[in-house]
Amino acid sequence: MEITDAQIEFKDFNFYYGKFHALKHINFKMARHKCTAFIGPSGCGKSTLLRTINRMYDLYPEQRAEGQLLFDGRNLLASEIDVSVLRAKIGMVFQKPTPFPMSIYDNIAFGVKLHERLSSSDMDERVEWALRKAALWDEVKDKLKQSGMSLSGGQQQRLCIARGIAVKPEVILLDEPTSALDPISTARIEELIDELKAEFTIVIVTHNMQQAARISDYTAYMYLGEMVEFGVTDELFVKPKKKETEDYITGRFG
Amino acid sequence: MNLLARRKLTNQVALTLSLSAMAFGLFWLAWILWTVLDLGLSGLSASLFTEMTPPPGADTGGLANAIVGSLIMVVLATLLGTPVGILAGVYLAEYGRHHRLGAVTRFINDLLLSAPSIVIGLFVYAVVVAQTGKFSAWSGVIALALIVLPVVVRTTENMLQLIPNTLREAAFALGAPKSVVISKVTLRAARAGVLTGVLLAVARIAGETAPLLFTALSNQFWSLNLNEPMANLPVTIFKFAMSPFTNWQELAWAGVFLITMGVLLLNIVARVFLRAEKIN
Repeated sequence: MEITDAQIEFKDFNFYYGKFHALKHINFKMARHKCTAFIGPSGCGKSTLLRTINRMYDLYPEQRAEGQLLFDGRNLLASEIDVSVLRAKIGMVFQKPTPFPMSIYDNIAFGVKLHERLSSSDMDERVEWALRKAALWDEVKDKLKQSGMSLSGGQQQRLCIARGIAVKPEVILLDEPTSALDPISTARIEELIDELKAEFTIVIVTHNMQQAARISDYTAYMYLGEMVEFGVTDELFVKPKKKETEDYITGRFG
Repeated sequence: MNLLARRKLTNQVALTLSLSAMAFGLFWLAWILWTVLDLGLSGLSASLFTEMTPPPGADTGGLANAIVGSLIMVVLATLLGTPVGILAGVYLAEYGRHHRLGAVTRFINDLLLSAPSIVIGLFVYAVVVAQTGKFSAWSGVIALALIVLPVVVRTTENMLQLIPNTLREAAFALGAPKSVVISKVTLRAARAGVLTGVLLAVARIAGETAPLLFTALSNQFWSLNLNEPMANLPVTIFKFAMSPFTNWQELAWAGVFLITMGVLLLNIVARVFLRAEKIN
């Protein structure tokens, strides 16, 4: 398997929580405008790996990364990288919905205002665009002034996706985005991810192997901080190359 | 006796004990409120709000100068103590959580929080009153602000610590700098709690006597000059209640009634704020 149009590439990448070696010698590429899923048992490092891509670990002084993490050829670990600009290009959605304590409209406008100066009519358009992309517009168009906290869990999560999209990123990182949601909300988010692939590169961490099989193009199986196997999703789930991967996806382990 | 019966009995005993403890506490509170109502209401009249504190034995008189003086000093002390307190609380919760300076600040703030108010009063007397050579409303304001400060610092820090870290990360993930994360997201999420802390601090200083006794003193007359002694409710109550004159004693009870109702109202408003935010 060869990924020709790689947007993100890890080269001999290592990550540490203090002295704990959490990610070991990670080497792989993620294709542009495709969905890559990270699977593996709890504590295997899949969320840690996701959180390096927007340098979330910068917030915690005891965490550090080594090696190379290339984004369109530039090393994101370099000290001259402005994380604020980087995070505008790489959005993130978390496990639990995290609406800000403000109106639905302001939730979307918050991120946009950080990076662009828009007239109020342009901002209105942007908010509508983002909410439509996140398949939330029809449900909230009459209550944009209401608090974002007043929405249901599934709606809140789509609001968070819309908030990320509104900044017009190139990559969207999803950290177990449906694990706190009911099956119907989960199905809506999965449909949404499928649509978003046309414009954004999607990286998703999930506990749910069926979900990875349903929505991703590439899957990485991780165990104890190492990437055991990486490949095209259909091949990895049907014909895994490694015994450990097979044991995990067939439920014999994990 | 089987296990289930024993559990039920234990539950009954625990419930009875906690209910009687509550009744014991409420009994005194109810008695205090009843006395305040009984003796305070009789002194209540329109002249209370329009006339100055009278000389002993006079037929008329009110608490107008003391009420206005108290309001002025409480408002100014709150305006002085709140911003500093909120900023210090933000520092403790968002910047200094794991720093040595944060730990030291938190420790000193705890000391200030538990310092007897008479110590604060004497401190301001030594630092302000003794230096300027006279009692003044300003020194009273400073003493009250020093009592507001640690309460606001503590509640701001606690309320910010309750905000889940994922909310901060979500704001950082959009590329927001720390100042924006704090001012637009975390402080906003904690605003009901912070406001409650401020209201409770106001309720506390409304009845403080000791810090004013050595600073603002009191004033028999109408005065809005902050460089002069200023009348206020707590010291007036203290002076009038100890006096042998019936008209002064009645006014003291009326003053107690006003403060109690004010503090009660502030507590209720604080609770309403917190509840409104929770529903939201």
